[in-house]
Amino acid sequence: MPRAARGCRMRSVLPVLTVLAAILAVWYAATIPMNARLVDGQAARAGVTLTFSERAARSMSLTRPVLPAPHQVAQALWQGIAAEPVSSKRSLVYHAIVTVEATFAGFVLGALVGIALALGIVYVRVLDLTVMPWAVISQTIPIVALAPMIVLLANATGIGDRLGVENRLVSKTLIAAYLSFFPVLVGMVKGLRAPDAMQLDLLRTWNASGWQSFAKLRLPASVPYLFASLKVAIAAALVGAIVGELPTGAVDGLGARMLVASQFGQPLLMWAALFAAAGVAGVLILAVGGLQRAVDRAMGVRG
Amino acid sequence: MAAIPEASVQAWAAAGPPVIHASGVNLVFETADGPVHALKDVDLTVGRGDFVSFIGPSGCGKTTFLRCVAALETPTAGRLNVNGMTPEAARQARAYGYVFQAAGLYPWRTIARNVALPLEIMGYPAAERAERVRRVLDLVELGGFANKFPWQLSGGMQQRASIARALAFDADILLMDEPFGALDEIVRDRLNEELHKLWQRTGKTILFVTHAIPEAVYLSTRIVVMSPRPGRITDVIDSPLPRERPLEIRDSPEFIAIAHRVREGLRAGYVE
Repeated sequence: MPRAARGCRMRSVLPVLTVLAAILAVWYAATIPMNARLVDGQAARAGVTLTFSERAARSMSLTRPVLPAPHQVAQALWQGIAAEPVSSKRSLVYHAIVTVEATFAGFVLGALVGIALALGIVYVRVLDLTVMPWAVISQTIPIVALAPMIVLLANATGIGDRLGVENRLVSKTLIAAYLSFFPVLVGMVKGLRAPDAMQLDLLRTWNASGWQSFAKLRLPASVPYLFASLKVAIAAALVGAIVGELPTGAVDGLGARMLVASQFGQPLLMWAALFAAAGVAGVLILAVGGLQRAVDRAMGVRG
Repeated sequence: MAAIPEASVQAWAAAGPPVIHASGVNLVFETADGPVHALKDVDLTVGRGDFVSFIGPSGCGKTTFLRCVAALETPTAGRLNVNGMTPEAARQARAYGYVFQAAGLYPWRTIARNVALPLEIMGYPAAERAERVRRVLDLVELGGFANKFPWQLSGGMQQRASIARALAFDADILLMDEPFGALDEIVRDRLNEELHKLWQRTGKTILFVTHAIPEAVYLSTRIVVMSPRPGRITDVIDSPLPRERPLEIRDSPEFIAIAHRVREGLRAGYVE
């Protein structure tokens, strides 16, 4: 059994590593043409002619490259994570915590709203006919256009002051929730409707109440659908939180870090923040996946 | 069709009023293609402890009749009584257990907790639930599988668990809608034998829908032959077979004679 499991893991890791190696190779190769103008300009000013290997080496070690090489990004990332104390504004961990706070609050709020709306759609006929089209329309509005308005409204109403948190956290949370409620809504509607007619007939033969059919059948039947949509929702909430950091004049958070770095011509910092965000997304999705496995085990899922 | 066969009238004297009494039951479904006459003028009386099989081709109304008894469908005309009540009142009184073609076990519950499900819904206390689950699982010979999940059991075992689930509460009527239809011949033979023994031991009244002639003849005290368009009863056969029935009885001349009569009835229904 352990040997089989290990074999299984090797089989799934090998393709991932292959794709990763291919991406790195293409990325390294791309730095040469992408940074060609910078490198050629420097060489012309210095009055030297470069061999191919010199050009390649310089393309991958510019301080402000158009496209940094992977190892430069890794270095900046390492510096941002390990070289600064967590309380420092130059620490990526500090900014990641700020972003994750809003992501998590938005995710929880979005998931609750999504579940509540799904219950409404499944149990109330009027909502069944009215809510879904509006939910779909809500997702067609570009969030980048909507985000500044949400920020403005949150500041104007001062909800945060009344709740005792920063207004900025409120607007980021709302934007994250706006993006993450939708997958939960769709998944839960499908999940709550997953039991077939025979299952419902069977409950009828036992004269089960509406509450009992919900608690004993519909709710547990919806769990696999819920977790599939929670994984999408947590990633969407992270995107929402980052987008929420762009138009607010925020100085904290991975989104603010990316914006500031790009405005002040520090591509290495921008890329490092980007990869930090990707790493955070990965960790969040893994966490939801871990929760799902624990629930699956408790519910006797095969394997 | 004569409304009440002689044998049943004599049986009432001993066993009390009929468990199921249908007279002039009609059910018309309104569909997009016009009305469909699913049941036409069905008259039938089932006494306590009877094992009645319904056999006929698809669309003959055998499942529909069973669903009417269970109050899952409502007849559009005629009278139907279950335990002397309307089917709806009988359903609310939890007068019957229903077994579908698919076992329909919840994958997230163990076998024991699946069997306990109707008991939970009906509000039995935990100690009594455990006691009843143990008893019915032993009855269907699944005693050792209480803590397994459904996917760990074969199809036949899952169907036995679903029968145990229908037996767990005290309904004296068992409605079975092609419960062994999806199982292979060998498993089906074995489950037929077990179901027959279970019926003898528990004295339940069983209504059993099937496509299979040998199954109907082997199990039943009465066989109701139905035919489609409109769905109606074309023959009711009282089985002369003894209550004690080893599987070998299927090679006896009496068995073959009844099977022949059922086959003739089905063929007659087709020609029309």
